[in-house]
Amino acid sequence: MHCLEPSEAALRPLVAGIVAQHGGDASRMLQILRDIQSLAGWISPVAVDVLSAELAVPRTKIEGVAGFYSFLSLQPRGRYRILFSDNITDRMLGSTALMARLCNSLWVEQGKTSEEGLVSIDTTSCTGLCDQGPALLVNNRAMGRLTAERIDQIAELVRSEVAVDAWPDEFFIIDDNVQRADILLAADFQPGAALQAARQRAHAAGEGMMASNTRSWREGLPAGLGGPAAMLDEIKRANLRGRGGAGFTTGLKWEACRNAPLPAGQQRIVVCNADEGEPGTFKDRVLLTRQADLVFEGMTVAAYAVGATRGFVYLRGEYAYLRPQLETVLARRRQDKLLGRDILGILGADFDIEIHLGAGAYVCGEESALIESLEGKRGTPRNRPPFPVTNGYLDQPTIVNNVETFAAAALIALHGGDWYAAIGTRHSAGSKLLSVAGDCARPGIYEYPFGVSIRQVLDACGTTKVQAVQVSGPSGICVAPDEFDRVIAFEDIPTAGAFTIFDSTRDMFEVARNYVHFFQHESCGFCTPCRVGTSLLKNLMDKLARGCGSPYDFAEIEKLNQLLQSMSHCGLGHTACNPVLDTIAKFRPAYEARMMQRDFTPAFDLDQALSQARQMTGRDDAAAHLQSEQGGAV
Amino acid sequence: MNPTFELDGQAISFAEGQTILQAATTAGVYIPHLCYHPEFKPHGSCKLCTVKVNGRQTAACTMRAALGMKVESNCEEINAERRALTQMLFVEGNHFCPSCEKSGHCQLQATAYHLGMMSPHYDHFFPNRAVDASHPEFLLDFNRCILCSLCVRASRDVDGKNVFALSGRGIKTHLIVNARSGRLADTDFAATDKAAAVCPVGVILPKRQGFAVPIGERPYDKVAIGAATTVRAEEEAS
Repeated sequence: MHCLEPSEAALRPLVAGIVAQHGGDASRMLQILRDIQSLAGWISPVAVDVLSAELAVPRTKIEGVAGFYSFLSLQPRGRYRILFSDNITDRMLGSTALMARLCNSLWVEQGKTSEEGLVSIDTTSCTGLCDQGPALLVNNRAMGRLTAERIDQIAELVRSEVAVDAWPDEFFIIDDNVQRADILLAADFQPGAALQAARQRAHAAGEGMMASNTRSWREGLPAGLGGPAAMLDEIKRANLRGRGGAGFTTGLKWEACRNAPLPAGQQRIVVCNADEGEPGTFKDRVLLTRQADLVFEGMTVAAYAVGATRGFVYLRGEYAYLRPQLETVLARRRQDKLLGRDILGILGADFDIEIHLGAGAYVCGEESALIESLEGKRGTPRNRPPFPVTNGYLDQPTIVNNVETFAAAALIALHGGDWYAAIGTRHSAGSKLLSVAGDCARPGIYEYPFGVSIRQVLDACGTTKVQAVQVSGPSGICVAPDEFDRVIAFEDIPTAGAFTIFDSTRDMFEVARNYVHFFQHESCGFCTPCRVGTSLLKNLMDKLARGCGSPYDFAEIEKLNQLLQSMSHCGLGHTACNPVLDTIAKFRPAYEARMMQRDFTPAFDLDQALSQARQMTGRDDAAAHLQSEQGGAV
Repeated sequence: MNPTFELDGQAISFAEGQTILQAATTAGVYIPHLCYHPEFKPHGSCKLCTVKVNGRQTAACTMRAALGMKVESNCEEINAERRALTQMLFVEGNHFCPSCEKSGHCQLQATAYHLGMMSPHYDHFFPNRAVDASHPEFLLDFNRCILCSLCVRASRDVDGKNVFALSGRGIKTHLIVNARSGRLADTDFAATDKAAAVCPVGVILPKRQGFAVPIGERPYDKVAIGAATTVRAEEEAS
């Protein structure tokens, strides 16, 4: 939205109104801050004052939260806030030049706000439009397929201060690009069918479906209550494993939550992790666009199985534009008695789903960080144990599963565990959505049963001279041609869904460097090894890029990797070195081309250090340059 | 008799619910740490106290001791990694020991000595952080902050004030104070606060006392940080 900043007097009631809309609940801090930010594009000191008074929380807490998330700002920014997606796929499609073009055209430096407060332009982590890049976000609205012409149109609209809502609709068209559909994407699903099937299955067992919210064996199940337990059995029989990347057995997670003691006044919680932040991944965007009912029904099935009464979808801030259509689906499901009180008319079967938005923090995809964020805090991963299944959202038993996991759970409820287990491989049941992007003729979503080989996918999407495939994003693995017969499965190459293709024209060193910059930007800063280590790694890669690298730097990278893996607090730090180590192992020539020096060379460059002085004095003659030790001006 | 676990070959007894670090400290065995303080809930962020438990690395300050655990701590492999973490903390901020009034009383400096850190090793980041001298009695020198959050916890949990918090993310994480001006003088911070006395490095400093105790006669000048644990445990035992 494009709006002028309200005056201090006008801001006070607006902020108070937002707090009231959220019930004055401080655990909704992140949602409140998002709303306040949308008033004026930033969170002003006055807004923090009002918020602090209204919520009775110290301003340190508010500023601590606001300062954590990329999409929140405690400094004024432009009325038009333009963020270019900075995934390697965007860069391969020319995003760097397009951003420079827009900056030049609007007379603004990257990362700064133009003097009259009109516009700010910067980069952001992958926005999940890799199949239709280069992409950007303008005031939270997503745009893909950028061209020089489109950039010039945007510049003109900004200059003439046309509100973003009045920009041509075609700018904002997002394609699903489903190239291959299998059980999930091709499912012709009738809302409620999976819940009905679960109910019938319970009836067939002579047990009758009962309300789930009061049931867990610790609390003393009444005799004959088999509905939820039968559902859990189907999930286990299906051999369903989490689709977020880690592949934890879903049945075990649900059972642990179901069996967790529930103190009085608490409830069990079901959380759908739609914080799809891994660069190169966009399958949850398509799943939520095409099969929202399947996902919500899967969550409801989970609630029934574990005995939960409250559900959340944690939707990444980059996907905020999906929210209206998702709210519509939720409203319809409430109307159809598939959500809310007495679901399917069963007394006491209560469960509802609320959408919470993230605000630009990859680390919130980690389940305990996600829960912190849901509670309105900084998205810092928790110390574990205890685990979320016993002590999750507001210390209550909580399951967090990926969007795709819930969609699969709905199908399992509908067709049964045996049906599902028969699809895929022995250790990896079911199908997997792959987000295919990069150098190929037909990027988009490919749904395959587990066990599909890298080569099969490459053949299907139209590729030539493929040099490498990055599977599961920067934290995944880089696969070289001699490994293309390996398969997508938990027992071989597990993946959260990214499948990024690089042909022989690409520089794998630059790919790794882009990923390293990503991890440095997204490190939460909680633990020393990741906070400092990712910055050191970034500096080393930049040093190599400048041609100052030496074998010494290689050794340093290896040492850092070991340290990050052994000492980091969470998976982000554990995997931050993966792209570098993989590419060093498999594409060493790309690095050797950067290694100009065989012995140690200091990163500090005397002549470069004088560049500011040259700029200030307007000189660029020979006497204003120092000769480098390698001979010749730099 | 209390159950025991094995720490570097030595049997350490522990009480139910104690962490590895707590049990080790009680037994007079030092495990390096910076963000841990016995009076506060463990934070687990500095990672200096990382040990190997049954072959897997984990923070000793958050890991509960369990019967028969095999814990490795004081070995070259782990100490080398701890040394690297200490070096990271040095280059991330601006730590100039010779001119720092906390020298000799600084846990970061003492830990670096303990671990045999001879140089910062990595390139310095030289961040630009302003000093806050607004408060009449206390000075905040953010250049030395290691983000241990002890002042945050002390102010929140003991003083009930929330004077301090962490804001920002990643390498830009930084300490903030509870005032619209961002100045300590405009908060309700008091010299008697617990938060005034917990900083393990030289961020929160009382004014006009900098060199009241001469360098050479300060706590860690006399007793090295590792040895201090042993001394304390002996005092407690006697």
